[in-house]
Amino acid sequence: MEHIELFFKSIFIDNMVFATFLGMCSYLAVSKKVATAVGLGAAVIFVLAITVPLNWLLDQYLLQPGALSWLGEEYADYDLSFLSFIMFIATIATMVQLVEIVVEKFSPALYNSLGIFLPLIAVNCAILGGSLFMQSREIESLGLAFNYGVSSGIGWFLAILAIAAIREKIRYSNVPPALRGLGITFIITGLMAIGFMSFGGMLTGGGDTGKGNEMSQTAIDKIIVEVDKIDNSKN
Amino acid sequence: MGLFKDSNLITDPLADNNPVTIQVLGICSALAITAELEASIVMAIAVMFVLGMGNVVISLMRNIIPSKIRIIVQLIIVAALVIIVDLVLKAFAYQLSKTLSVFVGLIITNCIIMGRFEAFALANKPWRSFLDGIGNAAGYGIILVIVGFFRELLGSGTLLGFKVLGDSIEKTGVYAYGYENNGFMLLAPMALITLGIIIWIQRNKNTALIED
Repeated sequence: MEHIELFFKSIFIDNMVFATFLGMCSYLAVSKKVATAVGLGAAVIFVLAITVPLNWLLDQYLLQPGALSWLGEEYADYDLSFLSFIMFIATIATMVQLVEIVVEKFSPALYNSLGIFLPLIAVNCAILGGSLFMQSREIESLGLAFNYGVSSGIGWFLAILAIAAIREKIRYSNVPPALRGLGITFIITGLMAIGFMSFGGMLTGGGDTGKGNEMSQTAIDKIIVEVDKIDNSKN
Repeated sequence: MGLFKDSNLITDPLADNNPVTIQVLGICSALAITAELEASIVMAIAVMFVLGMGNVVISLMRNIIPSKIRIIVQLIIVAALVIIVDLVLKAFAYQLSKTLSVFVGLIITNCIIMGRFEAFALANKPWRSFLDGIGNAAGYGIILVIVGFFRELLGSGTLLGFKVLGDSIEKTGVYAYGYENNGFMLLAPMALITLGIIIWIQRNKNTALIED
């Protein structure tokens, strides 16, 4: 059950592009044609599916406070979490290089069409963001981490596919000259994000007790910050 | 003398070659943390530090980095700088580091940084790279501050936490005349639309920037 919940939540409610703006750079740069958008989207799903579980293992057995206790009692006090940025990004960069080699070997056509964008996956915020959100949301098991990687990748894939399709069609519309290209893409993305906000009701609609007050993590974070601010202003 | 000769490195990215609105770099963080002006300013300063320092380091190392593994080298350098920023924020501004949450870490993958490394620092001397880094970070910062200004002003009626429009609960200031905060400005979609409008205005002023 929690797998299904996480799956749909990551695709629709906490959609990487529309709720947290992750991977916007490549989302805007590679969304001019549906074919390339599909290629990049698939690559993102693939890389996320590999790196999130890998980084989950790193986080669990190396980086968390007390994670080194499997080495013995005397290591239980170590807290290496300040290293997580560098470890995560190193894992991601290595994996991306590997994917690049594999794609170049087995699908030269895809390699040519993606061109310079495959190395850019390494600096795609969606990939690092997936790992960082996995860490900050304290996902419990390896299976759930894999699920989270795949489903947030699918969410990103859907977003780039939709915007690429819209941009292919909008070429025939009479957009004000100054809005053409980037400007109208931003505004369309904003409208799509408003549409995706309606999925927020998905997890509250069911009759399941205890899940009634489920909110997206970003919303909860925002409320916590607001409450803290009110507390501060009282002091 | 050198400063005047290269001053276009700083001034160009502020408007006509802006990293966010023209080069389309660094959008992710530009949108995610701009619900408050204070967070936007801190983010801009953090990026300026990382980009300025990173450009210098990369530029110094440009002749010894093997080009095949340069992306990994660049990422490690940025990650080290970002860890410094993160620890400083946690030590001196814990509340803000909570607000920025994972987006401090995401400076690593901010495309502005990799973009400027690739496009400039790998081919230029340290001082010029430093100016380029500061200039581009300033151009990024300007957009962040503009978006943050409007989102905080219209969304919560405050600026840097000061209630410039009066108190919404006690109905003072403009609230006495029936003005209401538009809470929608604080949500994700309005950040995109605000940025879209900024681009619209900029390209209307400078028609050379219009895409076909």
